Amino acid sequence: MGAKDRRLAELHAAIAELSPAEALALQAQGAALLDVREADEVEQGSPQGALRITRGFLELKVEDALPDPERPVVALCAGGTRSLFAAETLRGLGYRHVYSMRGGFNRWKNEGLPFELPPRLDADARARYARHLLMPEVGEAGQLKLLASKVLLVGAGGLGSPAAFYLAAAGVGRIGLVDHDVVDRSNLQRQILHTDARLGMPKVESARRSLLDLNPSVDVRTYQTRLDSSNVESLFAGYDLIVDGSDNFPTRYLVNDACVKLGLPCVHGAVYRFEGQASVFWPRYPGRRGPCYRCLFPQPPPPELAPSCAEAGVLGVLPGVIGLLEAIEALKLLLGVGDPLVGRLLCYDGLAQRFTEFAVPPDRHCKWCAEGARFPGYVDYEQFCSAAA
Amino acid sequence: MATVIVRIPTPLRPFAAGRAELEAEGATAAEVLACLGQIYPDMLARVLDADGAPRAFVNIFVGRDRLRDKAALAAPLPPASVISIVPAVAGGHDGRQRSPAG
Repeated sequence: MGAKDRRLAELHAAIAELSPAEALALQAQGAALLDVREADEVEQGSPQGALRITRGFLELKVEDALPDPERPVVALCAGGTRSLFAAETLRGLGYRHVYSMRGGFNRWKNEGLPFELPPRLDADARARYARHLLMPEVGEAGQLKLLASKVLLVGAGGLGSPAAFYLAAAGVGRIGLVDHDVVDRSNLQRQILHTDARLGMPKVESARRSLLDLNPSVDVRTYQTRLDSSNVESLFAGYDLIVDGSDNFPTRYLVNDACVKLGLPCVHGAVYRFEGQASVFWPRYPGRRGPCYRCLFPQPPPPELAPSCAEAGVLGVLPGVIGLLEAIEALKLLLGVGDPLVGRLLCYDGLAQRFTEFAVPPDRHCKWCAEGARFPGYVDYEQFCSAAA
Repeated sequence: MATVIVRIPTPLRPFAAGRAELEAEGATAAEVLACLGQIYPDMLARVLDADGAPRAFVNIFVGRDRLRDKAALAAPLPPASVISIVPAVAGGHDGRQRSPAG
């Protein structure tokens, strides 16, 4: 018996082995299937829901993927040999319930067990997102998450323009745009999705063209309509998060209330002259209990206490700053990285060139988002010329 | 009695002689705001209701902490406090026409 065979005999004796059907049953009970084959092998198929870490990177990456050493792990390869070595490595790393799958993926497939073709970036995507792929916070898995993400922007104007541009550039798979308005020359000082040649065109159509020019692979959905209580839920359905780039209080409260009801994160931005605000309103954020917009501002101001239209105005670049803060928050939430602005209100003063952060804890008595609160229904606030820019 | 800096947001500056920051004296936020209200009553009316509580569309912060109600306004201020007034901002509307988004 050669050295290899002796070693394998030792491993067969030391490592518990499961048939593919037994491995599948254990997976259904919460065990992890860990496919340790090379990328070109995995490309041809891998058990559904399996984690995939090549054997060469196993020690370096497995802890991030499997933080709980008590969780049972079934290692698998093509034929059941490399998985024995991998299983031994896992034991050495402290995993207490480790198995190797007998016969590997070949037998799994022959027995008709469920497998999937893992999504992969094609050559174009690898080139386009190369700088993302270099970042540990994104990488191929993160980029694939972005490509599978769906973001709805309320407003294709000052805030929506920079946010949508960068979300499209980042490879967010589907971008929805809600805006009833058409492009006006006075928009072009800040609404950089639009062009002088598109005056009079619906903003959502102008936006769609600009986004597709930048990144033709994005699925841009346009809704040229006024958001109201009758359509808000159907428009929001199917999206992972909402970016609020609206410009009036009735829409802001409608967006908030629908997000609370549907459990969606609302990435918030607002601008006035040289000042802006950004936050993430998401009571159901898994990281900590967050507030909703009404926890911060329970009611909009009455018309007589809101600044008049004559005072409206905004430095054109200001919604660029705030819209991009919204885009960053959206990408962080989609990737599941970093600390989002949940429970934090970030205020920007361009004249002082100062960011100030305020703590915004949830209101335990909020009628919309408090524990056990019954949704009070949508409120159709009177539209008035609002604190604007 | 300590002098406290109060940061005034842009929408309220027309009611505060155009100032971005004001200084006032007081041991509590309520006293500081009352002091300012003697000079700038129209500004104070937009921050506090007739009962002296923060309005539902305005927030008052000391440092980064929010003063949610009258009781919080009446609490002693820490040394070197900065009070920030942060109103709800709709944003974006140019007053040209009724617009839900943009």
